[in-house]
Amino acid sequence: MISPSSEKLPSANVAPAQLEHGVSPWLDAWHRLRRNHLAVFGGVVVIVLSLLCVLGPLFSPYGYQQTNLENTFSPPSASHWLGTDQLGRDLLTRLLFGGQISLMVGLIATAVALTIGVIYGAIAGYAGGNLDRVMMRIVDILYALPFTIFVILLMVFFGRDIKLLFVAIGAVEWLTMARIVRGQIMSIKRMEFIEAARSLGLGTPRIIFRHMIPNILGPIIVYTTLTIPGVMLLEAFLSFLGLGVQPPMSSWGVLIKDGAERMEEYPWLLIFPGTIFSLTLFSLNFLGDGLRDALDVRAAKD
Amino acid sequence: MFRFIARRLLETIPVLFIIVTATFFMVRFVPGGPFDSEKATTPEIRANLEAYYGLNLPLHRQYTNYLKAIVLHGDLGRSTKYASRTVNEIIADKLPTSLELGGLSLAIALVLGLSAGVIAAVRRNTKVDYIVSSFAMTGICVPTFVLGPLLVLIFAIHLGWFSASGWYVWQDRVLPSLTLGIVYAAGIARLTRGGMLEVLNQDYIRTARAKGASEARIIFRHALRGGLLPVVSYLGPAIAGILTGSFVIETIFQIPGLGREFVNSAFNRDYTLVLGTVILYAVLIISLNLVVDVVQVWLNPKLKFE
Amino acid sequence: MFTPLLRRAVLLATATLLTFFAGCSKKDSPPTVADSAPAPGAKILRVGNGAEPQDIDPHVVTGVGEHKIITALLEGLVTYSPDGDIAPGVAERWDISEDNLTYTFHLRENARWSNGDPVTAQDFVRSFQRILTPSLGAEYAYKLFHLVGAEEFNTGKLTDFTQVGAKALDDHTLRLTLKHRTPFLLDSLQHYAWFPVHIPTVEKFDGLTRKGSAWTRAGNYVGNGPFNLVEWKTNQKITVTRSHTYWDHAAVKLDGIEFFAIDSADTEERMFRTGALDYCYSLPLGKIATYRREHPDMYHQDPYYGVYYYRINTTRKPLDDKRVRRALALAIDRDSIIKNILRDGGQTPALNFTPPSPKFTSAARMAGDLDEAKRLLAEAGYPDGKGMPPVEILFNTLDSHRVIAEAIQQMWRTRLGVDATITNQEWKVYLDSQQTLNYQVARAGWIGDYDDPHTFLDLWVTGGGNNQTGWSHADYDRLLRGALETKTEKERMAVYQKLEAILADEMPVIPIYFYTRVYAISPKVKNWISNPLDSRAWKWVDLK
Repeated sequence: MISPSSEKLPSANVAPAQLEHGVSPWLDAWHRLRRNHLAVFGGVVVIVLSLLCVLGPLFSPYGYQQTNLENTFSPPSASHWLGTDQLGRDLLTRLLFGGQISLMVGLIATAVALTIGVIYGAIAGYAGGNLDRVMMRIVDILYALPFTIFVILLMVFFGRDIKLLFVAIGAVEWLTMARIVRGQIMSIKRMEFIEAARSLGLGTPRIIFRHMIPNILGPIIVYTTLTIPGVMLLEAFLSFLGLGVQPPMSSWGVLIKDGAERMEEYPWLLIFPGTIFSLTLFSLNFLGDGLRDALDVRAAKD
Repeated sequence: MFRFIARRLLETIPVLFIIVTATFFMVRFVPGGPFDSEKATTPEIRANLEAYYGLNLPLHRQYTNYLKAIVLHGDLGRSTKYASRTVNEIIADKLPTSLELGGLSLAIALVLGLSAGVIAAVRRNTKVDYIVSSFAMTGICVPTFVLGPLLVLIFAIHLGWFSASGWYVWQDRVLPSLTLGIVYAAGIARLTRGGMLEVLNQDYIRTARAKGASEARIIFRHALRGGLLPVVSYLGPAIAGILTGSFVIETIFQIPGLGREFVNSAFNRDYTLVLGTVILYAVLIISLNLVVDVVQVWLNPKLKFE
Repeated sequence: MFTPLLRRAVLLATATLLTFFAGCSKKDSPPTVADSAPAPGAKILRVGNGAEPQDIDPHVVTGVGEHKIITALLEGLVTYSPDGDIAPGVAERWDISEDNLTYTFHLRENARWSNGDPVTAQDFVRSFQRILTPSLGAEYAYKLFHLVGAEEFNTGKLTDFTQVGAKALDDHTLRLTLKHRTPFLLDSLQHYAWFPVHIPTVEKFDGLTRKGSAWTRAGNYVGNGPFNLVEWKTNQKITVTRSHTYWDHAAVKLDGIEFFAIDSADTEERMFRTGALDYCYSLPLGKIATYRREHPDMYHQDPYYGVYYYRINTTRKPLDDKRVRRALALAIDRDSIIKNILRDGGQTPALNFTPPSPKFTSAARMAGDLDEAKRLLAEAGYPDGKGMPPVEILFNTLDSHRVIAEAIQQMWRTRLGVDATITNQEWKVYLDSQQTLNYQVARAGWIGDYDDPHTFLDLWVTGGGNNQTGWSHADYDRLLRGALETKTEKERMAVYQKLEAILADEMPVIPIYFYTRVYAISPKVKNWISNPLDSRAWKWVDLK
């Protein structure tokens, strides 16, 4: 998975002089991203996987719920490329359908957590003082509330709804992001270029979002790529509580959990979901690293 | 700094109060009670049970009684599930195990995670970086409920080196500590690498380099300081999580820690135990976030205690 | 509390963080705790015993794992023979009056508590009084409601315990007076709710009406069973060793038993495989085929006196129509579920509600095939399922329930054209949904409390706490009430046949299969008795 040819890459020392003039920073970043083979690879894999999950089932001769009790636990074969599960259902079909859920949960819930966490953390870190204190104590409180109880209550009051899944996950996953962003913002708040921006009379939102956040993208992106697998697996736990996917629909987290219980007898039930899960995460990670490098303002000024 | 810490400790009181109050009423609004079971009992017996635990009183009375017992006697009440234990006893009984497992895992996570992260950052975009980072990513991709049983199959069942479960002798400690440690090590490695890269590009590092400072000095003296910031922010809640035990690890390895009580008490509607564990976790998270804030200032002299 | 090594480990971790010491420190070997290993050569049986026990006070607990431990520590009036039949326990013999309402137990003179005190009839009376005392709030108090006045005493309507039907005529004679004929009384007496506790000991620690006082801790516990409590490590294990004061101590084979608290069946099986357990209480489904093939000497499947069924909310359309219920019931391919999902663990298809036993086998069976199901559905106004609103199947989150629900959903869809959705809920929410009739079809199971069909058939009485279907049938109620008034066992069984016939016709519940217990046991274990209630007297079990 690691291509040796991408050594000595990319952005850190790539920034042709002509790009310095007249080209927007986004286009600039896009050019740098495109030269990062690993990032391109990651991006392509994610897109291909997403397309497969959405379109693949259309070409499958099986339904995700279609059981065949006479053909349970069959190993991979010509008719079932990835084998069948405990009800004789086609694993490939279930994996693709499950991918729709997992990718959606992984990306949307993470995006929710990312948005809330970054904005909240940036405001607290930049404002400091009493506002920061109150905001951080609220974070402490939310950390401590019992998650299981919270999820069950959500369902009791709002019924079961896939949107609640994002609320439930978003509600816990943004906390650490907020604390990381706050710490980073505080650490660069007193730096010269921020002081300079302030003395130029730029507005606070502009300072935060145009000057500070680009400078702390690294940890944000890294933590985001850490959040995605956590979110996808958390979905399996929420399904256990009754929120999340309803059987016979499945998700990667649930498939991996099922597979883990039978890894000795029917290893394909763990290996295939595990592989596709890891492939996705690796790809997102390469993409994330590439993005970080491409958007690195300082490196670009070399 | 002492004023800062003192003020934070004072702030803890209202925070804890809000947490306790919110949790107290949240658990009561969840359907199902502590005495619901598959075999239903008679309404009269149920009334006796509720009377025994004081659950027949009006909710606000129960709430004030609960607060009074905590404030006056430090008494967290009786568990309804484990009839023979008080919540204080359960926590005192199980916390040391969780701390031990957590301490070992944390040591593994920090040693592995920090070294891997630093190496990957320093040798950025070389083979070393790719190998180390791939290992870290693998650690992130493999959930504990897969890694745990896998390690047991290899090292306990086939090789017979360590125990499959239990918490009696040192052989029992190896696999669970590794399982829990590796997961956090992977996260720490990624964050350390990310944080270091950020810093290695900064002007002051370049200045130091230009002045001819040795590479080791640059890395450990300057880069690691700034690079650790995100790791430190992440570690606050992570340590609280590690030290209070892990539901999955404790179930897989049959470890008598507190982690299972966090989850099971909610499932059992063991109101007092839910509250007890929440309070414990709250105290830990508040203290650790305080430590994090202090360490952050210490890491970055430009920050001040506000 | 912290071992020095632990403190070092934590210090090390902190030091790593604070001094940026990211180098290659050698990890300390984990702390060592002395194992409480028994003397070599001792016969110690190591048993997987499910979740951590709530307590080991027989008047407080409600679980199955607790039952296993308590039967090692305490003995009731009767116990099990080596074959699993009822055998004299503390009571040497008993007389039953002509009208079957009075039982006189003659206690053996040599029955002793572990502190040397004799076990007397007063101990039993005071124990019964304890579990029935309202302020103790004992969940299983109702097990004693067969006694005259017991229910009134427990609900506070009667405060004078001498009016309850349990009297010590002298130190060794106990008379129980029943409010109605209870042919299965001796079977019920095997339940720990009827077990005696050592009253002076319980009194010493916080008194008789406190739950969970320290009397159940090791060192305090006084029992009268074949084994004594030595150690209780919470969430790890309970250790008992043979008692020398037990009246039949010569018959006891084992030197001790270790009951391991294990939440996960997968963990338990792995422990069993590494040789850490002699008995694996429940074998995970995935392992059945492997054990059958590779360890047939360890693999066991015993009939279990229980039924897996789907409960139906009969107050909701279209399930209020018995034709719809019967159609749904008939469309389930039980053989396929047993063979392909349960991996053929010996379960039998349930075509009626009460599991067959030597005492009673239902003559009434749900009759008809798929065509009959289709015909019934059409008759109810839903030919080929057309116009029928989707049915929701509710279950508590557990892999095996989910798989069965998924299979049945498919069977209904493909065979009847009936659409079904599946909903899983967390355990207590699921219980609440059933109690409040907030469901349509719900997975359920029932294990007999004692060896008699009554324990199954009295569930469906109108308004019964376990009914939870909204189903009510006047004839059924009347017949059930009459069952305990019958004069002979033959008459009584005839009543149960009629009840089964009503159930087969009305189908307020859809029986699916009769349970078996699938477990693994080391070939070293001898005299392991299997019986449909999974109960045995530990004194007979041996280890080679």
